[in-house]
Amino acid sequence: MAKIVAGVACSHVPAIGAALDNGKTGEPYWQPLFRGFEPSKKYMAELKPDAIILVYNDHASAFSLEIIPTFAIGCAASFPPADEGWGARPVPVVQGHPELAAHIAQSTILDEFDMTIVNKMDVDHGLTVPLSLMYGQPAAWPCPVIPLAVNVVQYPPPTGHRCYMLGKAIRRAIDSYPQPLRVAIMGTGGMSHQISGQRAGLINSKFDNAFLDKLAQDPESAVKIPHIEYVREAGAEAIELVMWLIMRGALDERTKEIYRFYHVPASNTAVGHIILENAA
Amino acid sequence: MSEPQFEDIPGTLLFDAERSRKGYHLNMFCMSLMKPENRDAFRADEAGYLKQFPMTPEQTKAILDRDWNKMLELGGNIYFTAKLGATDGLAFQQLAAKMTGATQQEYADMMLAGGRPVEGNRSKSEWKRG
Repeated sequence: MAKIVAGVACSHVPAIGAALDNGKTGEPYWQPLFRGFEPSKKYMAELKPDAIILVYNDHASAFSLEIIPTFAIGCAASFPPADEGWGARPVPVVQGHPELAAHIAQSTILDEFDMTIVNKMDVDHGLTVPLSLMYGQPAAWPCPVIPLAVNVVQYPPPTGHRCYMLGKAIRRAIDSYPQPLRVAIMGTGGMSHQISGQRAGLINSKFDNAFLDKLAQDPESAVKIPHIEYVREAGAEAIELVMWLIMRGALDERTKEIYRFYHVPASNTAVGHIILENAA
Repeated sequence: MSEPQFEDIPGTLLFDAERSRKGYHLNMFCMSLMKPENRDAFRADEAGYLKQFPMTPEQTKAILDRDWNKMLELGGNIYFTAKLGATDGLAFQQLAAKMTGATQQEYADMMLAGGRPVEGNRSKSEWKRG
């Protein structure tokens, strides 16, 4: 049977991708951030998961306002990096895991989550920046990745509770998959940031650190945070943090914290990162 | 439609179904700028290019004036208007600075110093008191 071997959360700021792609990681502005992800790269290299489920949001790249799926699972064999208006990121094409993705889709739908199935999709910085942070700049990504896109662009996104429950449904899907795959799940986006309007630039490190604590030790309380609280306390786009709760739902109630990193700023955003494993 | 709690947050516009409906064509114009040939056509004749999209005169004017906050008020969404920003050669942070009324340098300095604090920025009543 397949099993979940790690849960990873991290921000997906586009400027991080641009810094990597343009060789700026050694600059004083970026150095502390990339140094913070060195232990994570080592961890992932040792963990060697057979597949990653990567929860992220599309930023008007694959989905415009024509179709706005709340939860969309990528079941294709591969997903090209999107041209977000200045050319696609020079990163490898993401190879999917169609068999596992189809199983998760079927299992979660029967578990009463109305997933949208996507068989053709470009993936933007929301998905590729976290991979870059975990793996650097390889010629090919080391394992298949199943994209799980969540609408956080048009209000309302799914609630934190709904996301957490979806994570639990994904866990049941993994646990019932007959192949002995070791699967990691990533939740991305956040942490505090607001990139629009006169209040742009909002950062709330107190909120962010409390969220990291809750995520690790008391997910049930993180799940209860209402949308208004994310937006008012941590900025309009901090609502992306609901996606971390999908990752968390796929883990056991009790987890072991492997690593944590927090850094302000990357462009407009507070960067948060945590690695959790199921407690033995 | 809009929820009063959200409307009380200063300098913040919730992109809800109502704004999405009003801003549909504005956002789809921005979406069209994903293609290089459309960016070229827009640059060559902005007003002419915009005629393809059935927007209100206010929306068209906000685009031509690059009034970024007005675009949001009229139903624009930041991830879409950022594509117009990118067409103009603006990085996200430059666009953010413009919406706050700060210079690029002031805004970048604020971010380096830890960002805009939440204290004093939770409710419109706090902004009125100045």
